[in-house]
Amino acid sequence: MDRVPILKIGSTLFVSIQIDLQDESVMLLQEDLADELSATGARGVIIDITAVEIVDSFIGRMLTMIGSISRLFDAETVIVGMRPAVAITLTELGLSLSGVRTALNAEKGLEILNGKS
Amino acid sequence: MDELPIQSGDDVVRVRQQVRTVAAKNGLSLVDQTKLVTAASELARNTLVHGGGGVAKVEVVKSVNGRSGVKLHFTDEGPGIADLDLALTDGWTTGGGLGLGLSGARRLVDEFELNSKPGAGTSVMVVKWSR
Amino acid sequence: MDADDTRKRMADYLRDHHDKVIGRWTELVVSGMRGRTSVEEVRRELGDLFTLIVRVLSEADDHAAGELQAALDELSRSRARDGFTPSETALGVFALKEAVYELVADTSELVPEFLAFSRMVDNLGLSTFEAYSAAREQIISDQVTTMMELSTPVVQLWDGIIAVPLVGTLDSARTQLVMEKLLDTLVATGADHAVIDITGVATVDTEVAQHLLKTVSAARLLGAECTISGIRPQVAQTIVSLGIEFGDIATKANLADALALALRQAGLKVVPA
Repeated sequence: MDRVPILKIGSTLFVSIQIDLQDESVMLLQEDLADELSATGARGVIIDITAVEIVDSFIGRMLTMIGSISRLFDAETVIVGMRPAVAITLTELGLSLSGVRTALNAEKGLEILNGKS
Repeated sequence: MDELPIQSGDDVVRVRQQVRTVAAKNGLSLVDQTKLVTAASELARNTLVHGGGGVAKVEVVKSVNGRSGVKLHFTDEGPGIADLDLALTDGWTTGGGLGLGLSGARRLVDEFELNSKPGAGTSVMVVKWSR
Repeated sequence: MDADDTRKRMADYLRDHHDKVIGRWTELVVSGMRGRTSVEEVRRELGDLFTLIVRVLSEADDHAAGELQAALDELSRSRARDGFTPSETALGVFALKEAVYELVADTSELVPEFLAFSRMVDNLGLSTFEAYSAAREQIISDQVTTMMELSTPVVQLWDGIIAVPLVGTLDSARTQLVMEKLLDTLVATGADHAVIDITGVATVDTEVAQHLLKTVSAARLLGAECTISGIRPQVAQTIVSLGIEFGDIATKANLADALALALRQAGLKVVPA
């Protein structure tokens, strides 16, 4: 089972999804992030999906849930690097990923997080 | 035509990759490829989670005016769907998350055919044409 | 009489009168083309078709029918490219019947053979019409694509602010294109604000509003904020009477106001030099 590594830099957790993830790996990521947020008191989470080619309703739901979980730990989540084709598909599916912020890349994502705190 | 088993999460990933390869080879634009693979992901997952596992068939087809397209067929011998209209409404669920699978998948493709009867399994056929 | 024998008898007859038939056929076709092609080229083309037709009739091999169809499709395409009408092309094929009839008319033996042959040529002529139609449809579809591409510019107004001036109709096909171009430009320029100007959109009904909402939704997934500008007075009234809600999307009367808003949101101010 592929576990997505979580990096901590300052008070931000970084996750970069590099491969075509299986459902179970996505659920594990959610658990691991909850653990890390609880353990570290991080204030922000950046999930980089630049390399992700498909975001279906399951993964979309997971991302929204990660946003909700983070908020419970008083942290903000920013999804960065969504590909145009993925954004268009998600819009067609009617998924707006409300509850998470989005940005073009990790740098802009950090600006949002720093602006917030 | 390729026939792929759907018995595990890894199989769902394999179906996605195969659909991507075939779609790219047959002239679908990047956005259309993404839409088709996303639909395939939804349907494959349904087959696994609600249908108890099944089979996916991937086929290249030609329209009357020479356009090529990709046809996908998902079948399972699971419990079937009792109320098809309800299943195709947005937000329907059989327990565990939002059931955006079927209605969402339908919006992403050009042709969509759903056949299911309680106790007789489910069959979903979709086609996406190149432009 | 056996259908196969009929066709084979016709095939033999045609083979025996090869030169006469092709000669007369060429004459008829060229006169119908009013000097727009060279006689030699036409003779060669028709000669090839003739050979294929004879092969199909004599059922010499399985490939003949496919090759004949391919040759007819190519004839149809090249005539269309040279500006001939589909009728001219089809009439050219039909002329083969006339050429053969002139020879057969004197002998009263080949009537059933000629009838069957005549029917076959009719189908061949009609298939050139079908091929022409299909080719025109492809051209039209390509032109529509080009037109859509050209009428969907995405321009950069300022650092981080881009604009999409929409002109004409906004149907679902156009919306797809707008979304793709807008999102690609957001990625390419790193912009975080997009202004969608609908001054040039003639009608804004529920469908158009949905398309706009979809476009804004997609841009937001890439972290960009959107403003819709160019709301004309009648359009504003229509939107309200239709009960369309733009929710939290900012809307402005014109592009200038939208730019001012975007600059403000970016923390920029324009001051006299």
